[in-house]
Amino acid sequence: MLSFFSKPRIQGGVHAEQHKDATAHQPIVYSFPLPKKLYIPLQQHVGKPAEPLIRVGDKVLKGQLLAYSQGMISAPVHAPSSGVIVDVNDYPAPHPSALPIRMIVLETDGNDEWVKLCPPEDPFLLEPEDISLRVGAAGIVGLGGATFPTAVKLNMGRENHIDTLIINGAECEPYLSCDDRLMQECAAQIIDGVRLMLHGMRTERAVVAIEDNKPAAYQAMQAAALPYPSIEVRQIPTRYPMGWDRQLIRYVTGKEVPVGCRSSEVGVTIHNVGTAQAVHKAIRLGQPLVSRVVTVSGGAVSKPMNVLVPLGTLISELFAYCQVDAAHTARIIMGGPMMGDALPHTGLPTVKATSGVLALSAPELKDSAEQPCIRCASCVTVCPAGLRPVDMANNIRINQLDVAVDLGLKDCISCGCCSYICPSNIPLVQYFKYASGAVAARQQAQHKSEQTKRLMDDRNARMERIARQQLEEEQARIAAKAERERLKAEQESVA
Amino acid sequence: MIKTQKPNSGAHIGAKTSVSKIMWQVVLALMPATAFGLWCFGWPALNLFIITVASALFFEAFCIRLSGRLAIPVLMDGSALLTGWLLAMTLPPFAPWWIGVVGSGLAIILGKQVYGGLGQNLFNPAMLARVALLISFPIEMTTFVDVSPLFFSHSPGFIDSFNITFAGLSPTDARVGATTLGYIKTEFSQHHLLSDILKDYSGTLNMIGWTRGSLGETSTVLLAFGGVWLLRQGIIQWFIPVSLLLTVALLASVFHLWDSEHYASPWLHLNSGALMCVAFFIATDYVTSPNTPAGQLVFGAGCGLLIYVIRTWGAYPEGAGFAVLLMNAATPLIDHYIHPRIYGRDRKGKPLEISKS
Repeated sequence: MLSFFSKPRIQGGVHAEQHKDATAHQPIVYSFPLPKKLYIPLQQHVGKPAEPLIRVGDKVLKGQLLAYSQGMISAPVHAPSSGVIVDVNDYPAPHPSALPIRMIVLETDGNDEWVKLCPPEDPFLLEPEDISLRVGAAGIVGLGGATFPTAVKLNMGRENHIDTLIINGAECEPYLSCDDRLMQECAAQIIDGVRLMLHGMRTERAVVAIEDNKPAAYQAMQAAALPYPSIEVRQIPTRYPMGWDRQLIRYVTGKEVPVGCRSSEVGVTIHNVGTAQAVHKAIRLGQPLVSRVVTVSGGAVSKPMNVLVPLGTLISELFAYCQVDAAHTARIIMGGPMMGDALPHTGLPTVKATSGVLALSAPELKDSAEQPCIRCASCVTVCPAGLRPVDMANNIRINQLDVAVDLGLKDCISCGCCSYICPSNIPLVQYFKYASGAVAARQQAQHKSEQTKRLMDDRNARMERIARQQLEEEQARIAAKAERERLKAEQESVA
Repeated sequence: MIKTQKPNSGAHIGAKTSVSKIMWQVVLALMPATAFGLWCFGWPALNLFIITVASALFFEAFCIRLSGRLAIPVLMDGSALLTGWLLAMTLPPFAPWWIGVVGSGLAIILGKQVYGGLGQNLFNPAMLARVALLISFPIEMTTFVDVSPLFFSHSPGFIDSFNITFAGLSPTDARVGATTLGYIKTEFSQHHLLSDILKDYSGTLNMIGWTRGSLGETSTVLLAFGGVWLLRQGIIQWFIPVSLLLTVALLASVFHLWDSEHYASPWLHLNSGALMCVAFFIATDYVTSPNTPAGQLVFGAGCGLLIYVIRTWGAYPEGAGFAVLLMNAATPLIDHYIHPRIYGRDRKGKPLEISKS
């Protein structure tokens, strides 16, 4: 009875159709043929883009630093294979707009020859700060899709003396199974990565949270974690968006992260299982992040699979390998079907954030015929952030963006639950993304006009001051002249 | 290289629901009670039912055409059908044809389309029409016939039914009367006591629906069956029906225990009038009820309270329609004050304090 009155640990969410079976039961494919050309964006992370330190024509080895990180929040980029740099220029980004961003184009030589790696003898003898440095130097970012530089998170965790490290193995997005396979096949590496991260943050306790629709992964991880009492492997209910960091933190620790705070401020840090494996590789083997496991799935894919690809591989090559039927491809999605981005074409590279590439056929997509809202409030029920999507969308529709902001527009996490559940097919998330963009643009414009006004005021003040000074100088000059003449007259009179 | 059309935001997949599926499921849930009502009151009831539903569809199509849109796709969403259906269920079974037509016109045009169509209306269209009819045509709207099932010898035949519905030939006085609630109200005005009034009352027959009443509102058990099915299907949530029925039952119990000669028992209240229909099908209307569980509890309790107050102390024997309309008017207010707490914020919308425990 008491539990009835206590705070609910899961708010909202939907039970989306899983569609994971197509890929979850077959091992990760490691035999992806090395592409001829790799397109490596300089920005594959949150923060400032990396700055290239190679020139066109340079020969590079696999794992060699191509671009170094800039500023506090950034991450370096390494060569995914050996070969020659043929271009550093703007190419279409893996983004719905496919607008050009800076990329390094690497022509592979087929040898896939590693640069000389120098892993430490015993990483647990390293200083925790050293772990962060090595993780940062390896270019590791959050591989769940958020791509926040992992080293920064480790530092924040250490500085805030966090008590729990949560490893996110929820993988709540339908279709995706790369984390699932990784946990099944590389459990020991992940657990080792978790131990290294614990060491790097001086933290004693880690919880690996896995949705209960992945029993094989759970068993593998539990077996791997058995020797380490500091690491607990726990099953959590299957319910999208269980992998939302704040939902997971609340479920696992009971703590709620206040708006505007980082999770480390309440003593918790959360990392993805893929990130943990990348940390293991970076510290134990000295390998930077140059490849990742990508789920290729969807109704138009003839051979759906999880495949290890070098970063920078074009999606078109990935699709050719998995035999994607172009005629049946209604939408190409990078990421999962709930939060992923629809891409306009396949001539775009895979990046650190690419957990999956889906080629969905028309019957799998949500019907797009929009109908009037019947205020069924399903969107209110499923919203994990406790928002009222119906009211927000109604206000955005009549361009009352301020009201939408008051209703909590900025707390929307774009998880897509409301769009998913809406019986009237209203693209609610689209409304919110539009409104967020419009509000940001407006704030920017306002900021700009304020800046202009400030500069103008400053200029006026300066001109006024100069004019006043000139006037004063003039008066002083006149006064001095009068004084001089008076003195002169006095002298003359004395004389 | 594969190219696709314009970019779309997530979610790219969706639950397999639609407005029309929801409406059709509600219609399906209404089927048993409607079928029973039609059987109980025979051919005239069927005439009235068909006229009401058909004119609801006609008025909807008329309004849609006026706005320059194609009527067929809008009609297919099933909302006009449902409105007409619900309205027909609340009408006296032997009411003349124009009651159904006028009622449907009021419901669709004044109750729904003037607000901007589906999802925009403030009041439940069916209840709005029903209340407007009751106030405008009190005689027609309070003349209830005895149960006269199809194919029974004393029931009106197929031909007779046309005389009743279209020619306005009312059945003989012996076969008409008031509903249980109406009867109690009149008898109270004669200073009779409940034990005398309810000598012939059978709770069981009222529960099954073998009693005078509106076309589809008599059978408590079948309406509750349909409602529970809707709950199981996830079309409606339990908050409104439970709080509404509980409030009526609770109030009735308290007053009945206090003075059983002047206040009817909760059992009678639950089995009378439009209560079940309103609790499961009218008050749960998405458009006109609050959005949050807590708001829905308040809404349901408010409806229940008003129903009991109007039934017990008001001038009308049944207050379900008025109660729903009054609470509909309060819905925006309820939604304004009762809303979910945003993650990471307190109830007032301020960020939570950091608690490092």
